[in-house]
Amino acid sequence: MSKNLRWKVLVILGVTALSIYSFYPPDQKIRLGLDLKGGVHLVMRVQTDDALRIETQTTADRLSEQLKTANIPTGGISVAGPTSFSVTGVPAEQDAAFRAALTEVEVNYDRASGAGGYTFTLKPNIAVQLREDTVNQALQTIERRVNELGVAEPIIARHSAADQILVQLPGVTDVNRAKEIIRSTALLELKQVDQGPFPDDSSARQAYGGNVPPDIEILPGTMEGAPGQPASTGYYAVRRVAAVTGRDLRTARPTLDENNRPAVSFSLNNEGARKFGLFTQANIGKQLAIVMDSRVVSAPQIQSRIDDEGRITGTFTNQEAQDLSLVLRSGALPASLTYLEERTVGPSLGADSVRAGVTAASGGLLMVTLFMLFYYRLAGFNALVSIAINLILLLGLMAYVGATMTLPGIAGFILTIGMGVDSNVLIFERIKEELSAGKGVKQAVAAGFDRVLLTILDTHVASLISAAFLFQFGTGPIRGFAMTLTIGLLSNVFTAYFVSRTLFELTLSRNSKVAKLSI
Amino acid sequence: MAIFENPNYDFIKWRWHAMTLSALVIVAGIGYGIAKGVPLGIDFSGGTIVVVKFEQSTTVDQVRSALAAGMSGENVIQSYGDAANNEILIRVPQLVAEEGAALEQNARAIVDSVTKANLGKFEVRSQEIVGPVIGADLQRKGIYATLASLIGITIYIGLRFRFAFALGAIAATLHDVLVTLAFLFFFGYDLSLNVVAAILAITGYSVNDTIVIFDRVRENLKNKRRDSLDSVVNASVNQTLSRTVITAGTTFLAVLSLYLFGGEVLEGFAFTMLVGIISGTYSTIFIAAAIATVLGGKQAVGRTPGSRKA
Repeated sequence: MSKNLRWKVLVILGVTALSIYSFYPPDQKIRLGLDLKGGVHLVMRVQTDDALRIETQTTADRLSEQLKTANIPTGGISVAGPTSFSVTGVPAEQDAAFRAALTEVEVNYDRASGAGGYTFTLKPNIAVQLREDTVNQALQTIERRVNELGVAEPIIARHSAADQILVQLPGVTDVNRAKEIIRSTALLELKQVDQGPFPDDSSARQAYGGNVPPDIEILPGTMEGAPGQPASTGYYAVRRVAAVTGRDLRTARPTLDENNRPAVSFSLNNEGARKFGLFTQANIGKQLAIVMDSRVVSAPQIQSRIDDEGRITGTFTNQEAQDLSLVLRSGALPASLTYLEERTVGPSLGADSVRAGVTAASGGLLMVTLFMLFYYRLAGFNALVSIAINLILLLGLMAYVGATMTLPGIAGFILTIGMGVDSNVLIFERIKEELSAGKGVKQAVAAGFDRVLLTILDTHVASLISAAFLFQFGTGPIRGFAMTLTIGLLSNVFTAYFVSRTLFELTLSRNSKVAKLSI
Repeated sequence: MAIFENPNYDFIKWRWHAMTLSALVIVAGIGYGIAKGVPLGIDFSGGTIVVVKFEQSTTVDQVRSALAAGMSGENVIQSYGDAANNEILIRVPQLVAEEGAALEQNARAIVDSVTKANLGKFEVRSQEIVGPVIGADLQRKGIYATLASLIGITIYIGLRFRFAFALGAIAATLHDVLVTLAFLFFFGYDLSLNVVAAILAITGYSVNDTIVIFDRVRENLKNKRRDSLDSVVNASVNQTLSRTVITAGTTFLAVLSLYLFGGEVLEGFAFTMLVGIISGTYSTIFIAAAIATVLGGKQAVGRTPGSRKA
């Protein structure tokens, strides 16, 4: 064996060993996609308008307070949409004072004067930034929730459109629970009850003579029935501004109430405790509304000053109390979520798919093996060795870059076998031609490989182009296919040219004067 | 061993027949598809698919009447995979255009109706819900990816070979995409994400085959500058014929294994690949080279990177 050849063999053995090391043991090192493992794939949209609406509402409220303090009368402030609000009826003589009060508002809002007043619109760049922040915040909140759910190897990432989020939860079986936990806005607010509960919305409005003041809102909620009676829906008139919100929470955990029913207890941070202490002291004897996502969960009476501990009671099951504490701990979503896409693969289907994929790949390999040995004899064996090394490299590289194996990915595996055969056939047919043109064995082999190299490069580049667009196009499983195909194409250039050629040279080196080639 | 001993078929002679045959298949297939309505899978049309596996043997009709009680609309109910598995696929279209909570209503309604009908124990094997937003998004991406892939390959071949060849290769590839679509329509397969992925893979495969012949043409053009392009191309097709047929055969065998054993999920994918491989081989021999000769003029002496060097 020449020194050159020895080096080549060592390189091949080294690369193969490295690849095996990289993917062994495969059930730990090769990541399986959702379609093989089972689990759920969700795409959702963050309703970023929600966050803008809150920002606009808050700004309008703040301006209203400010004008009240400065004694500037207005005809009213109304929020027109998520990004704009208008002020009407500012007296002409107060106009200068009104404008002076706007410095803070005009940082984020553009002012335009219209019929009988001013319209304020959120500046476009601020709106874009706010939407961006909202999506990122939602992403982080979902991450915390999923982590608390204890899912292994989840994927939580921004999706194609700016306001979409992709969540993949492998191995999750209770999909509905996972979806509820991810989706719940979980905005906790503690508000003072002004009046109520009322049996319906209109009677709540009647209590104010049909004209609910701007600092009061009517919220639906649960009305505790008399002992032994089921709870029913009631309507509460509560103060719009919350005494304490979920932002002031330190933690929340499931507990039991005095009747041994599941409940959630929470504790507040220092700032929250201070606010809550002052609030409860000032309102002893009144009702406190515990509001979750704009629904009054319970409305206990404030019996004494409370600082940092509270309890949410209601008609919870154990699971609900647990899930509620989970979402409270992970914080509120800045905007609501809507689901756009959901794909669930049951674990039994995933296992069946793995079995089917492995059967198909083995079947394909077997058929190809039989054909190659039958048609090309010893050269066919060379080709099979190079294809086998190609598959080993493919697995090794996939494990190395952390690519995910999916069902279409297994199809990519099979196509890689096809590509390997193709390159080898291309070379062998060329060698045959060179032989029949009267060249000696060594020269024919050398010419065969040399002439075909350019063709192999051309075909592989063209296939890589289509694989690249496939990657762009696809989600999950299809990306797995594109990934397998790409890596397979790259490693095939190495194995078909370098490995196959070395194997030929190895065969020929045993006997320096080979007259016939088994091809 | 050899399949063809020094083959010398006159493929160029048959080019107009081949093109006519292809045109017929494509027009018939695409016309059939359009007349019947292009069968979009839920990936693109939006909708809900639930695959249910029953413990007892259950017929499609039983499931249909179970659903008729609770759900209206055009439902597709069919047996999924091997009949012995008792698996049934239920597909319902997206009824409401709105997104959100409504999205999962159909899936719940399906499971509820089947539960109420008392068909014995069952397991939900898989559930796919695609909203209209995602469906439209995937539709756009699928078309974009296929076109972009075709353009990318054309540019590459245009750079590496002469322009007439690039057109020949792309015509052959487009031909394969259209023939594959025609057969998908004939055999009633839905266009799903997997099928589109297979079509993209076909573009790569088909062009791969074509490049092998073009490479040979380029090489022969260096040596046989006096011959007409027609005869050089024909000789090149013949010289690479064994390789074309053997490669197609082995890849076909490998994908056949996928079609037979790969399970229901990949059936559409494997079918698309099988058709694409046959069409790709046919178009390589009859279409790609033929178009290159029609567009490339009669004389072989032309501007190819190879001939300039020679």
